[in-house]
Amino acid sequence: MSKPVLRVQDLAVTFTSFTGGLLQRQERQLRAVDGISFELYAGETLGIVGESGSGKSTLARAILGLITPNRGRVIWRGEELTGLEEEELRQKRKELQIVFQDPVASLDPRMTAGDIIAEPLWTFYPNMARLQVEERTRGMMKVVGLLPNQINRYPHEFSGGQCQRIGIARSLVLNPRLLVCDEPVSALDVSIQAQIINLLQDLQKKLGLALIFIAHDLSVVRHISDRVMVMYMGQAMEVSEKSRLYRRPLHPYTNALMKSVPIPDPRLAAAARQDSWLTGDMPSPYDRPKGCIFHNRCPYRVKRCEADVPALRRMENGDWVACHRAEELDLSIE
Amino acid sequence: MTALLKVSNLDVRFDTREGVVKAVNGMDFEIQEGETLAIVGESGAGKSQLVLSFMGLLAENGSVSGEALFRGRDLLRMKPKELNGIRGRHIAMIFQDPMTSLNPFLTIEKQMTEVVRHHQGLRKDEARAHAVEMLRAVRIPDPEERIRQYPHEYSGGMRQRVMIAIGLLCEPELLIADEPSTALDVTVQAQITELMAEIRKETRMSLILITHDLAVVAEAADRIIVMYAGEAVETGSVDDIFYRPQHPYTRGLLASVPRLDRASDDELQAIPGNPPNLLDLPSGCHFRDRCSEATEQCRERPPLWLAEGGRTSRCFLPMEGGEIAARGNDVEEAQ
Repeated sequence: MSKPVLRVQDLAVTFTSFTGGLLQRQERQLRAVDGISFELYAGETLGIVGESGSGKSTLARAILGLITPNRGRVIWRGEELTGLEEEELRQKRKELQIVFQDPVASLDPRMTAGDIIAEPLWTFYPNMARLQVEERTRGMMKVVGLLPNQINRYPHEFSGGQCQRIGIARSLVLNPRLLVCDEPVSALDVSIQAQIINLLQDLQKKLGLALIFIAHDLSVVRHISDRVMVMYMGQAMEVSEKSRLYRRPLHPYTNALMKSVPIPDPRLAAAARQDSWLTGDMPSPYDRPKGCIFHNRCPYRVKRCEADVPALRRMENGDWVACHRAEELDLSIE
Repeated sequence: MTALLKVSNLDVRFDTREGVVKAVNGMDFEIQEGETLAIVGESGAGKSQLVLSFMGLLAENGSVSGEALFRGRDLLRMKPKELNGIRGRHIAMIFQDPMTSLNPFLTIEKQMTEVVRHHQGLRKDEARAHAVEMLRAVRIPDPEERIRQYPHEYSGGMRQRVMIAIGLLCEPELLIADEPSTALDVTVQAQITELMAEIRKETRMSLILITHDLAVVAEAADRIIVMYAGEAVETGSVDDIFYRPQHPYTRGLLASVPRLDRASDDELQAIPGNPPNLLDLPSGCHFRDRCSEATEQCRERPPLWLAEGGRTSRCFLPMEGGEIAARGNDVEEAQ
């Protein structure tokens, strides 16, 4: 296989907050991203799945340099991004773009669709001819399934799904090589979600993009991903090839996430409910469990899990898992 | 059997600067005692405004017409004081966002006991004992201790459990849950869905579940109403809707749910186009711009089909075993 375009090594982001008022000020550390490593190839899609607070958005921002990581390296096509000067990093962002979750809130309501899509061009190529910018903007609108004659409309004149198409057009207008989509469909209706997922999948094939697709739900990333990373409290629990992950998850947390997806079929749903759900909530990020970070909610925990932190390790088939019991557990989905 | 709640020809309108928004159009439905009815639809379908209208909770620029008979008395024509005697006591409601539905300045105890002391005139210690019992019923561990805490000391899932407990305090005959699990994480969502299903089994209470996600109600509902652009496009039992969907919108909605129990390599089915603008609804069938089976005749208003068990569909496609209950034109003229 060729060389990966993106290499993330032991990336960590810690937020510091203060409690206790003026006199008894105490510093608290929140480890939002805690040592994440992975590689991504051109034309590949990595799905990143986790519940709120698992650190997936922080990870995305740290990869793009929108947040400065406390530790670790991000290597983009052989060049280390972490530690670059602001201006150098800005130039690199032509190649690395992001699509945000809330399509309506992330567009400036006072700009037309055309201006929103063209803004990156004005920023990076201030000398580009007006006509050329407009041509490129209209072309981009067509690519994402918008009508070029809607170029002078404002965001409120578009539906949620159309606004997300505007967001995608804007992020693609500079011809990036990596697109990070941070929950691009979570705010959309079910019937529209599939439109956007299919659009992203088509665009990726056409443009040969490397894609990182973040979601809180395993069912959403399934169609688009080649590999899936499951995150929990800032750590990777499992990174597996898609078909294997959905057939036989390696980590009990992956299994729990899969069981939580409701099945739109009354009889199957009744049968599936025989399995018990995951109990409890995610622990406080300020009070992280010792040993395996997931052990207090894990139905398969043993003594060892309470004391030893399982490392993310490579299995024979090339998948990665952070569980002491990965070999002996059979979590196959029938 | 008389219905617990019978809604007829209910319309909700909002006056806005851009014009009149027709949020709910001619809704008719009933809910029986002990029955769980799911109202499913995407954003803007009118499902929340429908229930808010007969609970007297519409925004100021909203107006409602029609009839909503609760045990024979019309909720839409009640004085505020009368309605206050019903809300919380006989009909309770749980909202989507448990973060903003609780008062952050009051303990859980205060927020829970207020309801029963007001409605049932219980003494303080009685009210407290009752509240603790309810927290236990919604599986909050250590309720005697936790009732003294403030909402911020609870996680999202626990707060929604508290909301459900508050809803159940007066043992209402009808509980309305508006997207009770939508704002929660998937693993917690599953817990809340399970809890709702258990409560449903254990009590004789009727339940209206509002959701945008058909999958959530597969197991939890007896009957389903599918709404689109302010109208019921299809009504039926859970099995009818899931195994014999009639309306093209219902079929599209079912097909667009990403599923883990099916092969993944085929493309996801999307419904093309976008939901209609409620200020300017297309004539005839509101779904026709997005419908794969639309023909010329869909420019006219489709008929309402009615079959056994109150199953309905509003479409030109004939319904098996059904009869036309109302021609599209009749309704059009009546409006």
